Order: sequence, then C-alpha cells, then structure tokens
Amino acid sequence: MDERRESDATPTKNHTTVERRSERELVVTRTVNEPARLVFEAWTKAELFRRWWVPKSCGLTLLSCEMDVRVGGRYRLVFSHQASTMEFFGTYLEVTPHSCLVWTNEEGDNGETVTTVTFDENAGKTLLVVHDLYPSKEALDAAVASGSTGGMPETLDQLDELLASLGSSTETK
Amino acid sequence: MVQYCQTHFDASFGALSDATRRGVLEQLGRADASISALAENFHMTLTGMKKHVGVLEEAGLVTTEKVGRVRTCKLGVCALQEEAAWIERYRQLWGARFDELDKVVEKLKRKERVDGRKKRK
Repeated sequence: MDERRESDATPTKNHTTVERRSERELVVTRTVNEPARLVFEAWTKAELFRRWWVPKSCGLTLLSCEMDVRVGGRYRLVFSHQASTMEFFGTYLEVTPHSCLVWTNEEGDNGETVTTVTFDENAGKTLLVVHDLYPSKEALDAAVASGSTGGMPETLDQLDELLASLGSSTETK
Repeated sequence: MVQYCQTHFDASFGALSDATRRGVLEQLGRADASISALAENFHMTLTGMKKHVGVLEEAGLVTTEKVGRVRTCKLGVCALQEEAAWIERYRQLWGARFDELDKVVEKLKRKERVDGRKKRK
C-alpha cells in the first residue's frame, strides 16, 4: 500500500552467506544489528522463534513449536504441508546464554545432524554463524539433492511478495 | 525424482573428491582436450584416464565426443550449476528467515526501551 513507509520500516538488509565448507559441513552466516542478548532471546523463546523460523512460502504452516531450551532438553516442530505433516525434533546439547546453542536434528534417516549456532557480539551487532555438521557426506548430499534443508525451494519465488506484505503488517502492531 | 537427483548429486560430489579429476576439470576449463592428451599430462595410462573421464562424464561434469579415432573431452557445467543453484536457494531461505528475525529482534529492542522508561517513572 504505502511504499514509502514500508521501505522506511525495513532498512538495508544484511547479507546472508552459505558455504559448503566440507563434505559434511554447511555454514550460514549473517549479522543482525542488535546485541546478542536480544538475538539469543529470539532463538530460545518458542513464541518468538516461531515468528521467524518458518519459511513463509506457500503450503507450509507451523502447527506447533515446543522448545525446552536447556542442556538435555528437547524441541519439536510440527509443520503441515498440503495434506501431510512433517516433524523436526532433537535435543539441546549446549546452551550458553547470549553466545552458543548446539542441538541435534534427529528426524533424518541418515543419522543425526548437529547444528551449532554462535552469537558473536561486536559493537552492538551480532554475527550469527549457523554450522550444520552432517553425519556423513551422503547425508548432506541427500539433503542438497532433496532440497529438504531449503524448506520448499520451489516456492521461494513467492517469498518476496510475502515478505513485503509481512513488512507492512508487523508495523501496524 | 528425489532418488534421481540424489544419485546425480552423489555422482558429482564423488567425481570432485579426486585430485586428478579436479585437475582434469581445471584443464578442460582452459581448453578441450583428447583423452590421450589428458593421460599424458597427468602421467597416466590411457585406461586410467578413461576411467576418470568416465566418472566425470557420469556426473555430468564432462562431455565427450568421438571424432574419427580421437575422443575429445569438454566441460559440462550442468551438475555444478545445479549445486550452485541449490546453495543460492538455501541462501534465499536463510536470508528470508533472517529478515524476519531482524523484525522480531527490533521489536524486542523497542519493548526493552519502553519497559525501561516505565521503570524509571
């Protein structure tokens, strides 16, 4: 609707990088322009996490999101996609406030992938590094091949549209 | 479909795991070459090089064409482009996710400011 207000609401976005660092590792980096304690909160409180984690492309809805964020605690995300549901679940291995989160991804058939997220604050900004270590080269190859890691890649074209509408709706609150 | 893709990617990553095959790709990036020329450059038997080229061909990284008695190899970029495309899609997903994260964190910050003001009153 109001294009000027929308662009005011979303200042320059920081760049996201993705790198296949080895046969078993995938690394995503991004800077968020706020202190680590706030970014960490958004990763560890279910009611905040569910507002940003889910790809907003068509057909994928987050039905439930349970997170018991402490060492040994479990999480479970349930999505509906068309007529079926998909579940993602695992265990937190490390929880270091404002600096590090490690969890397992136990839903795969090929063994556990371990995700490590580090929050590195510098001058009020936070560098996020999301590091996925797959159990084997074959497991990462399979993820690449099926696109499972990428959510619903074929629908990502629609993201721009959705993000634009979300940008204006969140501002009204 | 998924099965097909998986086999395909397995083949291309497998093909890239060998130093000689990466060398062959590098050389073909500069110019097409016959299998015998490649064998000579990499100090290999013709049979050994044929095997490597076969692996690269299966992965879609190289195409070969026989003209007369000479089989010429050239780069086929299809599989590499597919992996690059996947990485790009994955990057877009995370980019979108992080853009949403920005909004959530931004709100937290505003709330913190408001709460801070309330406390001071």
